[in-house]
Amino acid sequence: MSMGSDMYRQQILDHYRNPRNQGELPEPTFSHEGYNPSCGDELEFDVELRDDGETIERVAFRGEGCAISQASASMLSEKLPGMTLDEVDELDRDDVLDMLGVEVTPMRIKCAVLSEKVVQDGAEIYAGEADEVDQTTTED
Amino acid sequence: MEATEQAPLDVEAIRADFPILEREVADGRDLVYLDNAATSQTPDQVVDAIADYYRRYNSNVHRGLHELSQEASVAYEDAHDKLAEFVGGEDREEMVFTKNTTEAENLVAFAWGLNELGPGDEVVLTQMEHHASLVTWQQVAEKTGAEVKYIPITDEGYLDMDAAAEMITEDTQLVNVVHVSNTLGTVNPVGDLADIAHDHDAFIFVDGAQAAPTRPVDVQEIDADFYAFSGHKMLGPTGIGCLYGKRHLLEAMEPYLYGGMMIKKVTYEDSTWNDLPWKFEAGTPVIAQGVALAEAVDYIEDVGMEAIQAHEEELTEYAYDRLTETGDVDVYGPPGDDRGAVVSFNVDGIHAHDLSSILNDYGVAIRAGDHCTQPLHDTLGVAASARASFYLYNTREEVDALVDAVDEARDIFA
Ligand SMILES: Cc1ncc(COP(=O)(O)O)c(C=O)c1O
Repeated sequence: MSMGSDMYRQQILDHYRNPRNQGELPEPTFSHEGYNPSCGDELEFDVELRDDGETIERVAFRGEGCAISQASASMLSEKLPGMTLDEVDELDRDDVLDMLGVEVTPMRIKCAVLSEKVVQDGAEIYAGEADEVDQTTTED
Repeated sequence: MEATEQAPLDVEAIRADFPILEREVADGRDLVYLDNAATSQTPDQVVDAIADYYRRYNSNVHRGLHELSQEASVAYEDAHDKLAEFVGGEDREEMVFTKNTTEAENLVAFAWGLNELGPGDEVVLTQMEHHASLVTWQQVAEKTGAEVKYIPITDEGYLDMDAAAEMITEDTQLVNVVHVSNTLGTVNPVGDLADIAHDHDAFIFVDGAQAAPTRPVDVQEIDADFYAFSGHKMLGPTGIGCLYGKRHLLEAMEPYLYGGMMIKKVTYEDSTWNDLPWKFEAGTPVIAQGVALAEAVDYIEDVGMEAIQAHEEELTEYAYDRLTETGDVDVYGPPGDDRGAVVSFNVDGIHAHDLSSILNDYGVAIRAGDHCTQPLHDTLGVAASARASFYLYNTREEVDALVDAVDEARDIFA
């Protein structure tokens, strides 16, 4: 079997069917949304920080789209609590692909990294390091 | 593969002209190419015509300078006649070569729209317009103060013709309608819309990108003022599109691009424009592509456009029936026996992009996304759809391969 179907391993499908941390937080420190025009994937993340102002306490997300984008968001939502915003900033594409644990075909990388980009952009805007944008897109 | 029983086409012989169809993809699977509405494959005859041009008479088209140029000029000009005739136009003067359908839309938008439209004027499109026209006229409206209106579609994916009759008024300057929808497959009554438009002294631009490759087109019978299509969707090369325009309209229009070839006399102060259609073909034009597209028309005419249409209709209906067998598939647009050769659909619980990734593993090439009709997908209430589209070389077996691969996707997502 070649790569594509290999993307749809049990773990991915499980997170797609039963997304973790789906929903909203009552008092998020910041929220941010993003869009992947190539698949039409949409994600919005709520992030709540601890009192130290830099460590993530909880996250929740809502979204719609392909299995890769939604599973990636669900898995990231499990990974984020306990991480500092600096650590989030250092996440890159390879970290996301490691997290997914499957080989993502080149055409679908944007779906995979949308969740990471949304949280990173949200954090940067919150920290005042980036200009306010309404929406992150994978085309930037 | 065997030709289908009902189809009068010798599909086996046709496939022999398309070596790419023998290709394997996805680690050794036979390619099942069902993305023809995006781009069709190119037969050897057309590839040979390109090679022959470059091998034998490649040169610029300034008539009479030397023998190669003479040959290239004649071939290029004859290609205009052939393409004009292909859609029922009178002669080369009514046939402008562009880059693609999109550029043909832009040509009229820039050369006519930006100059002629203003506040109070209306351009009437349909809810199923491709971005090629939708985005273009949106921008013209923004720049001129004109207004864009959209003829709605019915639940079945037909144009609401009662609404059309009400929306097209004295204020309407142009109606732009897609002849065959690249998403719904709807075959629109372009002749009726032309009548309505003309009753109100409006022009009609027909987007024939999906129609010209798949059915006989007669611009005079439709009474289209403009008719556009793309070479790469009708067995021709990329890089060439066609704009048919009524002669008196093209004559009255300002040029779209300026430069060499499109002029008659140039002084430091002023210039005059060349005759049609060259007035709209500034700079060195699409010579190799034009010659090759003429060859593609020969190929289509040798096979027979009616036979191609019948073959596609048969495959489309078969695909529609097979895909809807299970009840968990939404197909958008009119019933299977009344549509062009595209079938856009979604399978319950499987995003179109996931579906197409899995289909790719079984060698099945389809399109997934919004097919450049985002507003239409909004109207349909979905972000994306999967689209299979057929052409003269496709077979029932390939439709079966599609349906089998969809089954595999169901298993994965079950
Ligand atoms: C109905 C329709 N109009 C316009 C276009 C644009 O064609 P092109 O990309 O060749 O300009 C397409 C194809 O993508 C189409 O299907």
